[in-house]
Amino acid sequence: MPLLQIKDLTHFFGGLKAVDDFEVEIEKGEIVGLIGPNGAGKTTIFNLICGLYTPTEGEIIFNGSNVVGLPSHEVASRGVGRTFQNLRLFNDLTVLNNIKIAQYSQANYSLTDAFLRTKRYLGKEREVEERAYELLETIGISGHAHQLTKNLSYGDQRRVEMARALALRPRLLLLDEPTAGMSPAEMITMTELIEEIRGMFDLTIFLIEHRMRVVMGICEWILAIDFGALIGEGTPDEIRNNPKVIKAYLGEEVMI
Amino acid sequence: MKKTYLPLALIGLFVVLAGASWLGLLSDYIQTVLIFMGINAILTASLNLVNGYMGEFSVGHAGFMAVGAYISAVLTTRVIPHFVLGTPLVPSGLYAPDVTAWAANPAAYLVFPLTLLIGGLGAALAGLLVAVPSFKIRGDYLAIITLAVNYIVKSAFENTQAVGGSRGITGIPKLTNVPLVFLCAVVSLWAMRNFILSNFGRGVVAVREDEIAASLMTVNTRHSKILAFCISSFFAGIGGGLLAHLLLYINPSTFSILKSVECLAMVYLGGMSSISGSILGAIAYTGLSEALRPLRLWKWVVIPLILIFLMLFRREGIMGGREFTFLLPKEEVKGYATASD
Repeated sequence: MPLLQIKDLTHFFGGLKAVDDFEVEIEKGEIVGLIGPNGAGKTTIFNLICGLYTPTEGEIIFNGSNVVGLPSHEVASRGVGRTFQNLRLFNDLTVLNNIKIAQYSQANYSLTDAFLRTKRYLGKEREVEERAYELLETIGISGHAHQLTKNLSYGDQRRVEMARALALRPRLLLLDEPTAGMSPAEMITMTELIEEIRGMFDLTIFLIEHRMRVVMGICEWILAIDFGALIGEGTPDEIRNNPKVIKAYLGEEVMI
Repeated sequence: MKKTYLPLALIGLFVVLAGASWLGLLSDYIQTVLIFMGINAILTASLNLVNGYMGEFSVGHAGFMAVGAYISAVLTTRVIPHFVLGTPLVPSGLYAPDVTAWAANPAAYLVFPLTLLIGGLGAALAGLLVAVPSFKIRGDYLAIITLAVNYIVKSAFENTQAVGGSRGITGIPKLTNVPLVFLCAVVSLWAMRNFILSNFGRGVVAVREDEIAASLMTVNTRHSKILAFCISSFFAGIGGGLLAHLLLYINPSTFSILKSVECLAMVYLGGMSSISGSILGAIAYTGLSEALRPLRLWKWVVIPLILIFLMLFRREGIMGGREFTFLLPKEEVKGYATASD
């Protein structure tokens, strides 16, 4: 059974068909890429999976159950973590608190426990804190734990976002342009990090990326969309030679 | 001050305050000012939950205070005398049962906190009624809704003859005293601080920072907001109940929009998203408005001017989102920062 199965996904924004009959099956452990020109509907597909939008039509089956219509925090609790194209960190909080927040659904003590600081509360809080430090260590930013997130460099903020997404114990990680705005050197370390965390946390990764070197380098399967519709899918080599994909990116050949 | 000394310091302060007020070392005036400081600290911290930590803008705090005040006042002037003395449950006209008889009994001080609690729960319920429809959307709507709620609560009491209509409730026993307010303030502030430090509090702060990101990080944002609003209303109700038993007379205009504005001023004076700031803001504002009493009418020129200058030169308030380290658990001291430095 695939971890994520999307069937006939269609979404309208008013009269605009942003996603047109999109379909995909992602097996556990895969890294799948989603490419397409600007405005093709890539981020919209992510937002639909996360439950930020309810699709006009279609089914999104995650881990065997349909998640269409569930509130986004519920989808996240079931194991869908994500990062954003333009970072959405909690800027005025410390790095540590950013990571702790993503463990919201795991710190399951009652309000009374919180008010009275019971043993259960202290135990759970210690777990949350230890896990936060562990993740920061893994991602390589433990030195910044007590800094305000907004004071970190761009590359480090990207790492915080990755650690935060991992903190909610995802099975599926959605990465929206993980290397956007990075230097070539930072890009390489980020690519390595993605491969590393996949093995370490037993993840399935679905990523949007514009840089072909990244997509072709780490994805085992690539989906190309344009105007919300799937125009091709296959291995990196197949995509590279797919005439429809080339057309979408470069335009039609002009005969003189 | 080390954290381990905090309980000792609080007990010491309690003994000094209680002793001094019982032995008559503090004049009635000083006692009243101290009581106002304590009540205002509860009100300020509770409003700070919504306006500071949650980042919404509530301007109807007095509405929830009114609910708490009326419930506890009705309990102490009508319901309890009815069972203890057999007076009618709903007196007609201006008649108010003589409550001094039961209030003089030391047991009254055990029953009174219970009435405060019931008042607080009533206020929390009112908060729930406001929060459930209001938090479907985010934005400036809450300011307008709470403004309306303040007026609705006020006119609801004005038009309910059973609680005296616009005359209000008279003959409330004087049950609020310095030691009791001190205890209430310590327990309330401690509870609110624990809430903020917990997972629930983190959820509330996450909503303020970025609601969408919070929801994608498993935070049930709607639940968080409703919870914080109810807790805020609960403590507003407690504060209102204490106030009623200090003033000995409440009417609907005690809880007008002006009272809400006063709470807002204390929040901004002390600093958003800070329990320490709420305490300091309440003490500073109460102290200031007493100290400036000789200026008479000019007081209301000077205090707003101070607020204006505060906004111009220190917009983040006295504490600016920071906390006294003795208010934080040991492991949190280093990692705590909710607002910009």
